[in-house]
Amino acid sequence: MTTTGLLVMLLSVGTVTILFAWCIYKVLTTPNETEKVHGVEFMTPDMNEPD
Amino acid sequence: MNMAQNKEAWGSRLGVIMAVAGSAVGLGNFLRFPGLAAQYGGGAFMIAYAISFLIIGLPIGWAEWAMGRYAGSLGYNSAPGAFASIVRRPWAKYAGIIGVIIPVVIYMYYVVIEAWCIGYAVNFWTGQMHLQDAKQTVDLFTNFTGAGADASAMSFQFDRALPWLLGVFVFNFWLIYRGLSGGIEKMCNIAMPLLIVLALVVLARVMTLGAPDATKPHDNVSNGLGYMWNPSKVMVTKITPGPDDKPREVVGSAAILEAEKEVAASSGSLVLKTISPWSQLLNPSLWLAAAGQIFFSLSVGFGVIIVYASYMKKDDDVVLSGLTASSANEFCEVALGGLITIPAAVAFLGVAGIAGQAGVGLGFKVLPLVFSKMPAGAFFGGAFFFMLFLAAITSSISMLQPGIAFIEECLGVGRKVSVSILGLLTSFGTAFVLYFSADLKALDTLDFWVGTFLIFMLATIQIIMFGWVWGMGKGMSELERGASIKVPAIFRPIIKWVCPAFLLSIFALWLLKEIFGFDIATAQFGEVSGYVTDLFGAKSKLAAQLSVALAIGIFVFFALISSRSKSYRRAEQGLPKN
Repeated sequence: MTTTGLLVMLLSVGTVTILFAWCIYKVLTTPNETEKVHGVEFMTPDMNEPD
Repeated sequence: MNMAQNKEAWGSRLGVIMAVAGSAVGLGNFLRFPGLAAQYGGGAFMIAYAISFLIIGLPIGWAEWAMGRYAGSLGYNSAPGAFASIVRRPWAKYAGIIGVIIPVVIYMYYVVIEAWCIGYAVNFWTGQMHLQDAKQTVDLFTNFTGAGADASAMSFQFDRALPWLLGVFVFNFWLIYRGLSGGIEKMCNIAMPLLIVLALVVLARVMTLGAPDATKPHDNVSNGLGYMWNPSKVMVTKITPGPDDKPREVVGSAAILEAEKEVAASSGSLVLKTISPWSQLLNPSLWLAAAGQIFFSLSVGFGVIIVYASYMKKDDDVVLSGLTASSANEFCEVALGGLITIPAAVAFLGVAGIAGQAGVGLGFKVLPLVFSKMPAGAFFGGAFFFMLFLAAITSSISMLQPGIAFIEECLGVGRKVSVSILGLLTSFGTAFVLYFSADLKALDTLDFWVGTFLIFMLATIQIIMFGWVWGMGKGMSELERGASIKVPAIFRPIIKWVCPAFLLSIFALWLLKEIFGFDIATAQFGEVSGYVTDLFGAKSKLAAQLSVALAIGIFVFFALISSRSKSYRRAEQGLPKN
């Protein structure tokens, strides 16, 4: 592996890793956004159907 | 009943992100991306790849999230419903049917590949994989998949696809029957972290391989990484190459020194060429490959994101969610896929052993041999193929939800009925793909016409619909409503002008190359694509013709039931479903 190859790899892997980590951090720390549970709305349609 | 359908929603924000990321992360992340990046030289490919991500992947993804959430606020969860409510013309729902056809038909063959993954994983873990050479590996693949003859995989043996296919097919429908939150979301919340952990375990093994065969010191992990990421490529070529002579790539300083000696001793018949990343960037094929990879990898133009987003609340953020799902996909593709497959394969088989391999060929005809040769290969091979299975199942369940939403919306039926109808339809299609297994003809034909051609079409329709029919004002205000982060201003002209222009150019280039046989390097037309001659004329093949007939038949069936849908008539008037 050449030095430029190593740089390309580190830059590529580093960029996507930092972007992913930043996004997850933002999702988990944005007020009122973390685990916005939608009450009882996780019912599926068949739950209201007669058996 | 309709009210009950509208109650279906995601359990959490992280859940929808995991589900969309799970849909996007698939086999292509670990098998197709590394092969393409290595083929074109990591540096040049990554430049085109990053640009494509910014001007195609992210904009179309955001457009789908915004249009889906808007349609969901009116009570529509399917692509035809979304298209009709945005365009407000009767034809829009028929264009939207493409967004149902794509995931439903892709599911029919994708679940077959998923069965290969779990079958290979279990066979590794139970010590059944003792592959010695490339021929044995290819024979195993041919028998397992039935590529040798039609219907040859339809035997209830564990070295054939059928038993595994039955298992994963039922498991997919069990998950989808449990609903959005109880099935898809729960599965993705478990599968995605597990997938990353498994990938890291396999990655740790690959990175510590060194040069496994002392007699072949050039075949090592460092050269594998170099083959994948070095921006310049060094090739040994003949001065006057014959029709079968292809340039041979050499990687690593020792291998290049040997190649220099070989060239010096060749009396001028060989030459050593260095291809710079800049000359690679002038190659339109590289741009086509990079844009295509971004496109298919992020699952944009797939008909899934628009459906998943429709189950969000109207003020839920879609900008950060879309970016997070895309970044999760990129992390799995570049940071995991980009470091595992090629280095492992080069360490055992050398650069020459894997040159030109990508996708199914790399995954099932090369890597099983690599893991068979690896110390503790039974464990790591099983872990790798189970990781592929997780990547595949989180994608395949996402392909069922658009069909479920469409049937429920069109026919006004509940989950049990919609799951039954879709189950019947897809079981027929999957049995068709498994039966016409010779040369994987049915699978390959459906992947080309539905899994590639129609995806290009749908993505083009969607971005034009967002930027031009809906209009940038309405589109962007819809996108930015409830957003946790701002969309940079540069994305306005990108979404309106650059993305459609780039997409149309790539689509035109793809049509010229893949359909009309245009050779980009020589700028000359060659023979018409085999995918076309498979359908017409003397070289036509029944399996290919029936595959296309199947896709058209499903389109007609969906068009007929949607033409009578009261829901879509309300959507065309801009009215909520209920």
